[in-house]
Amino acid sequence: MKQFWKSMLRSPSGVIGLIILVLAISVALFGPMLFPNSPWRMVQRPFLPPFTLSAVPLGTDALGRDVFAGMIFGARVSLLVGLVSTLVALIVGVPIGAMAGYFGGRVDDALMRFTEFFQTIPSFALAIVLVAILQPSIYSIVTSIALVSWPPVARLVRGEVLSLRTREYVQAAVVTGQSNTWIIMREILPNALSPVIVLASLMVATAILLESSLSFLGLGDPNLISWGYMVGAGRTVIRQAWWITVFPGVAILISVLGLNLIGEGLNDALNPRLSREGR
Amino acid sequence: MPKRVLLGLLLACGLTAPTLAQEPKTGGVINAVIQPEPPGLMLAMVQNGPVQMVSGNIFEGLLRYSPKLEPQPELAESWSVSEDAKTYTFKLRKGVTWHDGKPFTAADVLFSVEMLKQTHARARNNLAQVDKVEAPDDYTVVFTLKQPFGPFLGIFEVGSMPMVPKHLYEGTDWKTNPYNNAPVGTGPFMFREWQKGSFIRLVKNPNYHEKGKPYLDEIYWQIIPDAAARSVAYETGKVDVLPGGSVENFDVPRLSKLKDTCVTGAGWEFFSPLAWLWLNNRQGPLADKRVRQAIMYAIDRDFAKDVIWNGLGKVATGPSASTIKYYTDDVKKYPYDPAKAKALLKEAGYKGEKIRLLPLAYGETWQRWGEAVKQNLQDVGMNIETIATDVAGGNQKIGDWDYDIAFTYLYQYGDPALGVGRNYISSAIAKGQMFNNVEGYSNPEIDKLFADGAVATPDSKRKEIYEKAQKILVEDVPVAWMLELQFPTIMRCKVKNLITTGIGVNDGFKDAWLDK
Repeated sequence: MKQFWKSMLRSPSGVIGLIILVLAISVALFGPMLFPNSPWRMVQRPFLPPFTLSAVPLGTDALGRDVFAGMIFGARVSLLVGLVSTLVALIVGVPIGAMAGYFGGRVDDALMRFTEFFQTIPSFALAIVLVAILQPSIYSIVTSIALVSWPPVARLVRGEVLSLRTREYVQAAVVTGQSNTWIIMREILPNALSPVIVLASLMVATAILLESSLSFLGLGDPNLISWGYMVGAGRTVIRQAWWITVFPGVAILISVLGLNLIGEGLNDALNPRLSREGR
Repeated sequence: MPKRVLLGLLLACGLTAPTLAQEPKTGGVINAVIQPEPPGLMLAMVQNGPVQMVSGNIFEGLLRYSPKLEPQPELAESWSVSEDAKTYTFKLRKGVTWHDGKPFTAADVLFSVEMLKQTHARARNNLAQVDKVEAPDDYTVVFTLKQPFGPFLGIFEVGSMPMVPKHLYEGTDWKTNPYNNAPVGTGPFMFREWQKGSFIRLVKNPNYHEKGKPYLDEIYWQIIPDAAARSVAYETGKVDVLPGGSVENFDVPRLSKLKDTCVTGAGWEFFSPLAWLWLNNRQGPLADKRVRQAIMYAIDRDFAKDVIWNGLGKVATGPSASTIKYYTDDVKKYPYDPAKAKALLKEAGYKGEKIRLLPLAYGETWQRWGEAVKQNLQDVGMNIETIATDVAGGNQKIGDWDYDIAFTYLYQYGDPALGVGRNYISSAIAKGQMFNNVEGYSNPEIDKLFADGAVATPDSKRKEIYEKAQKILVEDVPVAWMLELQFPTIMRCKVKNLITTGIGVNDGFKDAWLDK
């Protein structure tokens, strides 16, 4: 573990990514405490440009709502959707991939055909259809993002398990009569985890983008403010009021960038060959 | 009189001022936006807004209506009403021909009445009081009513009762008649071409029965699906006329400031769209009158008008728009008063039960309005959950009474008997249908007042009845009236005389001309 943090902190991109992520999470956690008012409240005159009033530093939107408050509350929704849907995708994808890789044969065929079925449908289109059918709400959005993002996890885990399956220590475990579940959980998965962690950090970024795109198209949860919603709602007035779109857009950009940097840092840190050589 | 001033711009444009000084010039082509693309053009079969807008210039009704909703001659050149107000005799204009050259006669009127009763829901309602229709000769039509019906002279507008060519429709399957796709009317413009998704082209009717009219050679109705692209099309000069509702409200001030641009809110008097919130009177907290009144106090309707509608329109005072006959503002007033709303909610014993709000999926303006109303109601302590839905899904939910609060707006057609009563009388409660009494309000006194009002004579008696009905309704708040909407028409100032009637662009191209 110590080794891991050491190499993680050695890579500059990982450090920058971590800083951004910690900042974003603390904004999401503590920001709403500083802004007790609902971000939907109309507080000032509409279309107030940014940096004119200290009470609303980033200006107001078409209804006179505080853009800054919206961004802070939006961080909560965007990060929550990103983290939870990635978690759900992992919960679905890892077991499927592990079983497919470990048991092979017909189980593998069946599970992989099932996975491919999801992979052949363009993921964003599928997400739109799912949200539209289920009625937009935070639950349907998390569900549909998870549903379109687990197949890569399953395929990745399957590949790792396939190669680990033939290692001596696994075969030794088989010979000593360990149960399949034990072998998968204790012997194989821990060793297959590092690429999954890297993938997961990128998936969070993708999920944030997906949620933003859905909200942009008006398929967000109408009761929750999110960055994508703010961009979508401000898009039509961009010629009169650029700030409504630009600030939440930049927030999306930075947080997705941060997560990608973390992914890169993790990749370096978790790759034993790279870290030992010290680059 | 509707308030026709839009940000003071109108004054500079002189559109509503008479342009008598100028002699109309002949010739020219106009490009107008049509939004959304109409599902068809056969006005007797489909009556969506865009259909009426295009086809109102192809077809004609017996009468036309001034901005004050006074009947004017169109296909009927004169009319008379019998002493007992039960017989209406129309003298038809002579020498009128259909676009294919066949003459228009009383037989066409009789046929149209029969056909519309089957294809046009509103016409069927409007004609319910008609006992029989007869044609003593080719140019006379006599309507005999079962009992006097006050608003009868108000039902002959082209969208409400378009005249259909008998020789092309009689004995055919109306739904599959090939002329549905290439409509033949008597109007000033003839259908020429429809490139789906691109444009609809109408050309001048050279044999139009009013000599010298129309002045324009052609009209192109441009179909542009994206709101921002429609604004740009006007800015770049691709289109000259943006009919009401075709660009987002926040673009109106910017477009209005462009050079040589005229804006008017006129031309919607006949429809007088009124926006309100359906309140489900049947169940939950909203069954309590005090909660419904609290909603009226809680919502800042001036904010909605000034911010969401950019100052267009007027705060509604009750079930009738101020342009509708017998309107009165001598009713209970509901100013923005959150404190009073809170007090009423407390009195009614509201304890934070969840209330579902259905916004109208008609674009940005309506979405923002939904958000503002939600915030208003939350501010007085109501627990509101917005339900996201599309137009069809929303219609279904409202028709099935599966909602608590829902946005809508309806046309009122000039007379309380035609466009107001249907939303409050208990006989109009019918599950599965929209635009009737979907709130489930039931009050025998109101039922009786609207039943009496439709057939009462003389006018002063009707006035008394409808004023009483308005007072009762505003006290009971069966629905929460929001705004009298105004849809500004934006056009180049060189387009003259486009809006001269109570339905504006819908039948306005007959008189329109281009000052080149």
